Amino acid sequence: MDILYQIFVGPFVQMATAPDLLVQTLWDGLVSGVLYALIALGFVLIFKASGVFNFAQGIMVVFAALTLIGLHQDGLPAFVALALTVVVMFVLAVGIERLMLRPLVNQSDFILFMATFGLTYFLIGFGQLVFGGNPKVMITSDLWLPSGAIQYTGLGGYVQFQKIDIAAVIITSIMVAVLAVFFQRTRIGRALRAVADSHQAALSVGISLEQIWVIVWFAAGVVALATGIMWGARSNVDFSLEIVALKALPVLILGGLTSIPGAIVGGLIIGVGEKLADFYWGPLMGGGIEGWFPYVLALVFLVFRPQGLFGERIIERI
Amino acid sequence: MLYREVGQYKTNYAADMALFPILQDRIGIAVILAIAFVLIPLSGNDFLLNAVMIPFLIFALAAIGLNLLTGYCGQLSLGTGAFMGVGAYACLKLTTFFPNVNIIVWIIASGFFSAAVGALFGLPSLRIKGFYLLVATLAAQFFLEWCFIRIPWLYNNVYSGNIVVPSRTLAGVPVTGPTATSLTRYLVVLSIVVIMTWVASNLVRGRIGRMWMAVRDMDLAAELIGIRLLRTKLLAFAVSSFYCGVAGAMLVFLWYGGAEPDVFNVDQSFISLFMVIIGGLGTMIGSFFGAALIYILPIALREVPAALGLPLYPATVEQLQFVIVGVLIIVFLVLEPNGLARLWQIGKQKLRVWPFPY
Amino acid sequence: MRAPSAHEAGLGAALLAVEDVSLSFGGVRALTNVSVNIHKGEILAIIGPNGAGKTSMLNVINGFYQPQSGRITFKGEERRMMRPYEAAQGGIARTFQNLALFRGMTTLDNIMAGRTLKMRRGFFWQLLRHGPALAEEVEHRRVVEEIIDFLEIAAIRKVQVGRLPYGLQKRVELGRALAMEPDLLLLDEPMAGMNLEEKEDMSRFIIDVNQHYGTTIALIEHDMGVVMDLSDRVVVLDYGQKIADATPDEVKRDKNVIRAYLGEPHGTST
Repeated sequence: MDILYQIFVGPFVQMATAPDLLVQTLWDGLVSGVLYALIALGFVLIFKASGVFNFAQGIMVVFAALTLIGLHQDGLPAFVALALTVVVMFVLAVGIERLMLRPLVNQSDFILFMATFGLTYFLIGFGQLVFGGNPKVMITSDLWLPSGAIQYTGLGGYVQFQKIDIAAVIITSIMVAVLAVFFQRTRIGRALRAVADSHQAALSVGISLEQIWVIVWFAAGVVALATGIMWGARSNVDFSLEIVALKALPVLILGGLTSIPGAIVGGLIIGVGEKLADFYWGPLMGGGIEGWFPYVLALVFLVFRPQGLFGERIIERI
Repeated sequence: MLYREVGQYKTNYAADMALFPILQDRIGIAVILAIAFVLIPLSGNDFLLNAVMIPFLIFALAAIGLNLLTGYCGQLSLGTGAFMGVGAYACLKLTTFFPNVNIIVWIIASGFFSAAVGALFGLPSLRIKGFYLLVATLAAQFFLEWCFIRIPWLYNNVYSGNIVVPSRTLAGVPVTGPTATSLTRYLVVLSIVVIMTWVASNLVRGRIGRMWMAVRDMDLAAELIGIRLLRTKLLAFAVSSFYCGVAGAMLVFLWYGGAEPDVFNVDQSFISLFMVIIGGLGTMIGSFFGAALIYILPIALREVPAALGLPLYPATVEQLQFVIVGVLIIVFLVLEPNGLARLWQIGKQKLRVWPFPY
Repeated sequence: MRAPSAHEAGLGAALLAVEDVSLSFGGVRALTNVSVNIHKGEILAIIGPNGAGKTSMLNVINGFYQPQSGRITFKGEERRMMRPYEAAQGGIARTFQNLALFRGMTTLDNIMAGRTLKMRRGFFWQLLRHGPALAEEVEHRRVVEEIIDFLEIAAIRKVQVGRLPYGLQKRVELGRALAMEPDLLLLDEPMAGMNLEEKEDMSRFIIDVNQHYGTTIALIEHDMGVVMDLSDRVVVLDYGQKIADATPDEVKRDKNVIRAYLGEPHGTST
């Protein structure tokens, strides 16, 4: 009975008696959720437009952040470095399209997915060769990003909100809004959706696959850069981010592979869920459950709703 | 013309269905086995045995395990590392509780624990497919990894949190632990890998292999010819994890001689998947090719610059290794999506018609 | 039970009876109160314009779709829910409109896969592939080779089916269905996309299967010539409803059928 109490009652008593800790945990979860959502967003962009499950999105985040810091360290002003990094991401998109996607056109999804594994390895090695393997500090203040924290007293204690986290939430919201408009309202957005449905059909109505692919990989690269800046501002930039970035996968499962709102909601659920679980239930199990909790949550979810929260119901035909 | 099968008629179906129906293949495999069992041990080269052959064979076995699941049954998995870990920890517990039972028995038996865990994590495969299943197997990977670190009972409450391999002997000869020679360990690994490869190839050529491939190629149609999807997939998960588990147990007991939990992290899962893809999905020989390329390439990369007198830092070599493996994966997928095994087939076809081009 | 109509009286017992079956997908009605009997030993053709519910009908019969209402009686056993593998165990085999072959496997393996249910040797014999397991494999190989001979596909025995031309793939698929030794064979447009010669071959195979093995066959086909020549009886579906169920000759003259295919003639619609 005692163990049941500890699992089913104890944590809630704790939440009720110390609301400040609860709010703090929720906020922390929300912010990591936003970052997961940003990575997932990069996935969704590419998956929607090319049907490629881009495993390399996580490493693109690291790569973009390292490029930015590296350029700044070479003496370039922060915003010039930022602009140049955007150019680098564009070059990367063109390179990926030329050297990887174009030769693999019309191959199965599985093959394309595997190719992004290769890309991941390449970027890990290449990034380390160029920028070294040591952790780096993000150039937060040079980019006019706020630092410090707002402290709110009340709820029987106090809650801290990092300014950079608030900025992250705002910037993410703006980016999602822009992308949503882009996808729904522009000619290119329509073309993107057409390509996602069928490569051949899109080609037959005169849509250039090459162009579309460069655009989405570039867009995903820019999203990766934004993610890298936000993430780097909260902790150091290094290659261990890659493992953290894998958490975007359960986010995608929850949200559905093709839904932008899904990526956001999924990200928030995973972020808040893992922080709550880790803080309130983790100690019962010896701690550190953050590492697997998102995956198990996604797994349980998948069994009941295989198409995700916002995905369309799959009717199988034969 | 060198590789002629013309004139080799089969007069019954059993001969036609043999593992190596063509004479040249039978000679080839005999030569390879002779080299592996006689020539390499005779060479007595400790580097070759301990740093090349033992890990190569173990990784090949893990690749075969994953290939059964992914290549034959079409279920993507990134849980290989964790399933290998289950085998290693199971083996440690078994030999701790029953130290007098032959260690080889426990290495094989640990596969059953791995199989059970694999089947458990295979359950979601009824409802989910493809990339979604990949994430489900990541749940297994991270959850089990966490168990390896957080449950001290699993590593016998050792302070360091590592597996410490005890010394065990077989008929008086040390097989595991610091006193076991590379040669003994090599021969044990080789025997296990050869037997298990033979068994796996039996399995995939028969009814069960056809059921797996049917599920892989079109699960709906498979169900309509009477194949029960869940059972078939779970069997694939179980058998696959069995192989991975045995490989994991061998990795720790017959190669490392001790291991930290992060030996079985997600990188091991990725590496195994690369081996299977580069080697060739759905082929036995491909698993060996893939393991050879992915495992032996880095060794070569380490040795070549040193041999040429190029002053490269070990870190640089490791980074180059990532770049090269990444590029290789893409190049292989572009040139030959079916992997090295397909190149092997093409090569054989060329030999068949040699010296003519067609 | 519905009383059998006059023309059904002369046929054998119903092997499979579909009664009052309705099926819909989120508001779209695919089948509405359809009743069809399939009699032992006959060749039944199911025809109708595109979207009439023909394939849905077959999918209901072999358990791929679960109808919202109605009854299905197969071999005297009534059921509402059935999984596809249970249909296969009961002796229902099936081919598909858009081919459902195992593309990565050889012709031989595809047809051998059709024997799965007939094979009995367990897992541990499979590991060894000697003794009883090998004997069983050889025994079934012999059956499969007969089918291969019958369908005249010996030359492509060891070719991956994904590389075969369409017509041959259709044949392999029929072979896989035959390997199951079914009591009821469902063929979904077995001659779609074939040229005249291939159609003649396929018609010959279908008649042979029906006569030599006594297999009951229900087939969907668009080529009226083929339907009229092959079938003993024709069921016509339109908008998910059965509008005719008679011999080929009667169906040809049926007013409802002509209307369904050609539309309302001018002036008669008032």
